[in-house]
Amino acid sequence: MGKLSRAALIYIGAVVVSAVVLVARGPFAGLRWQYVVFLGILVIVSESRATQLRKGQLTWSSSSAAMLASVVLVGPVGAAIVGACTALGLRRGPHLLQRVFNTAMYALSAYLAGRAFLAFGGHVGLPDEKSFPAIIAPFAAAALILVAANHGLLSGVLWLTRPRDQMSSGSSGAGVGLSARLLLSDLGYAAYGLLMAALWSVVGFFAPLLVLIPLFVARWAVTQFAEQQKAYEATVGALCQAVETKDFYTRGHSDRVSRGSVMIAREIGMRGERVEAIRYAGMLHDVGKLGVPTKVLQKTGKLTEEEYSAIQLHPMRGLDIVREIGFLDEALAGIMHHHERIDGRGYPMGLAGDEIPEFARVLAVADAFDSMTSTRSYRGARPVAEAIEELRKWSGTQFDPAFVDAFVAALKREGWQLSEPPVIAADDLAAVTAQDHDDPGAPLRVIDSL
Amino acid sequence: MTDSAGRTPAHSSRDPRRFPWQVRDSGQLLLVVAAGVWLVAAVAQTAAEGLRDPRIAIAFGALIAFGEVLRLNLPGDRETAPIGFAGALAYALLIKVGAHVVHYSAEQVVTVATIGMIIGALPHLAVGRPARVSGMAVRLLCIACVAYTFRPLAGNSAVEKHWGLAVTLMTALTVIALLLEAVLTALLRVDEQRARFRVALVDEMRVQLPLGAAVGASALLIAFAAEVMGLAALAVFTAPLLVTQVAFRRYAGIRATYLQTVRALAKVTEIGGYVEAGHSERVSRLGVAIGRELGIHEPQLLELEYAALMHDIGQLSLHDPIPGGATVLVSRQDQQRIAELGADVIQQAQVLGSVAEIVRRQNEPYRDTDHAANGRAGLVPSSKPSGPPPGPPLSSRIIKAANAFDDLVGSSLDPGRAAAAVQRLRLDTASEYDPATVEALSRVVNRRSVML
Repeated sequence: MGKLSRAALIYIGAVVVSAVVLVARGPFAGLRWQYVVFLGILVIVSESRATQLRKGQLTWSSSSAAMLASVVLVGPVGAAIVGACTALGLRRGPHLLQRVFNTAMYALSAYLAGRAFLAFGGHVGLPDEKSFPAIIAPFAAAALILVAANHGLLSGVLWLTRPRDQMSSGSSGAGVGLSARLLLSDLGYAAYGLLMAALWSVVGFFAPLLVLIPLFVARWAVTQFAEQQKAYEATVGALCQAVETKDFYTRGHSDRVSRGSVMIAREIGMRGERVEAIRYAGMLHDVGKLGVPTKVLQKTGKLTEEEYSAIQLHPMRGLDIVREIGFLDEALAGIMHHHERIDGRGYPMGLAGDEIPEFARVLAVADAFDSMTSTRSYRGARPVAEAIEELRKWSGTQFDPAFVDAFVAALKREGWQLSEPPVIAADDLAAVTAQDHDDPGAPLRVIDSL
Repeated sequence: MTDSAGRTPAHSSRDPRRFPWQVRDSGQLLLVVAAGVWLVAAVAQTAAEGLRDPRIAIAFGALIAFGEVLRLNLPGDRETAPIGFAGALAYALLIKVGAHVVHYSAEQVVTVATIGMIIGALPHLAVGRPARVSGMAVRLLCIACVAYTFRPLAGNSAVEKHWGLAVTLMTALTVIALLLEAVLTALLRVDEQRARFRVALVDEMRVQLPLGAAVGASALLIAFAAEVMGLAALAVFTAPLLVTQVAFRRYAGIRATYLQTVRALAKVTEIGGYVEAGHSERVSRLGVAIGRELGIHEPQLLELEYAALMHDIGQLSLHDPIPGGATVLVSRQDQQRIAELGADVIQQAQVLGSVAEIVRRQNEPYRDTDHAANGRAGLVPSSKPSGPPPGPPLSSRIIKAANAFDDLVGSSLDPGRAAAAVQRLRLDTASEYDPATVEALSRVVNRRSVML
């Protein structure tokens, strides 16, 4: 965690101070301490098994259930104390300041929820069958306040401590916001809080333990999902590299085009899911190159019409493969048309201007840029500044000007990691291509007549 | 050669035991019929007695229908309805709602559950995605067992006085219901997929355990909570289980996408002309069938599937495609280099380390070792090294055999050609192919030609 801005420190301070003041005010008379202790333990267990959502920044746990149970059973002050027990959650990672903030945030949210519960007519204590259904409305209010306070305070601190490079961009992108999905999950788990409180009167301390089972199962499923997601990305990346085994010089090309496309997408403020889709589009855009016979890719002289059309077909071939992958709808269009030109002289369909899908126009810029700034068998890598000049030169005819500008802006801010010049093994099984169809400076030369 | 080629098709057409509808799905049919009979009896009884506690019946029926509408697909081609199952179990285990003791019979439980399930299945049917009747029948049987056991006891005064006894009994019955579901589903899979029962049962329990635990706990929770909250318990409880279900849906979704993607990207070799069209898919299907025959567990079976789909990826780095993609025609050294290249690519996807290993060793000849002499070689799972390495892992041996078979036979459906290919593999068994694997291959291939 880097240095915090003054605003962030003031914010955190305010939250901590309010929490401490409200809790210290009491009243502590009539507080059922055995419930507080038990619920505190539940909260500590939940926190210790929290799920990491964003490294170093965000975790999620099912402790909201225990906190809402405490709202019903021990009132606002007790709930705040239970919330403060999160400080004892046995988890590596959080910075001291983060821990202090989290503790204060939970205590404050729980206190406010408790107040809301009382305000809407709820009664503190063990519910019995006479309490229902009258208790549902105050409980729902408490749940809403708890979740809103938690997410609100957290959004505030995330906003104030967001990394410097995201501060200038006006985008409200995936960087800062907490997803609606998390909000709904929290509300769902809040229902369990009522259940825990209600069951206490029926089966005593046993039921809340039973309640933890579905909560942990859900958490397990979320973790599994996250793992599978990572595995998926690693696999797609690896398989895309397989495509590149055809030519040592293009190793890593898909990965870099993918990164470049994501840079442009973020710069123009694309929504999170579309940024993901364009990332995969970048990774898979050249998969169709396999359909081009190696001898064509290796030819050093001019190409015949036949051979040129074989190369022209590779976006379509790529499409055939990628079409089978369910979630890549918009990416498909991007891959198919990534060699179109704004002036309509591209392939395969000769679309012009806005007819070309957005993804395709983004890919085109990133694709050409990486091609220029990488070493090829027929020329060395060109410096970034020169490549930018080329992009600008062809902006409006080959590339979409808006995306060229966005890319240049993103480059100035983040820089570009150049590819390393490849080391050719003595192995003669690997192939090397002689022409690069992505390079705008060296377009494929076609023999006009045979 | 003429012997086996001549015998197999004739054998099937003259076998009096195997009528068309009995070749497959006989287990499913039995199950559905059993559930149907039970159902009819229950409905008749309920109709005769009339519906007791109608408000409660309707509320639970609605919950079960809702759960059935929100059907979930789990990895490994499984269908389940967690909310519906939990609701039905809770209905079977209910003692009190608020202060009012409930008085309905086990037959009513079965009736309400069935009607709920059918109503819930209708929207899917309308959209063209009919439910698996066998799955519903399994759930119904489990619920029926619990209901018939518990409902007579629910009115018992001993149970009412000692709630500890009631809780223990209810918990035990829930666990039994979940185990029974696993057993019945495993039996169905044995029937459908020719898996071995013990393997199928272990796999089934491994997959169902997390969600099953949530379902069981939720069922108990509703049953307890209804005593305090009344019917409001149903509304309160549904939200968290919904969240759980959403999480599982996403998990299953990405597993499916993963497989889809590997299948799609493996076709890259075919587009480049490096292998014959459909080769990867065929080798993968054949390999998985052989693996099941040899009793490999599901997680390893999935690795085998991935390895089989991607086993030719190394060929992408070749200068020119091998004609027809038949690697059997290429020198041993080149074969090995191709395998290494492929394994290196796969290794990059860090999680697929074992898959890379399988692909790396796919060309290794099988050597006769002590393990082979004991005849146990075919049963040792690929990832467990036991003492000195007994040759290539099982999955590699399977891919080697399946690959060779497909190189010889391709997409041809001619049983004679298939038998000839198997015979050739058998002749090479001493050094090249694992005998147990080749025998399993032979059985799988014979079954296929029978079904034609």
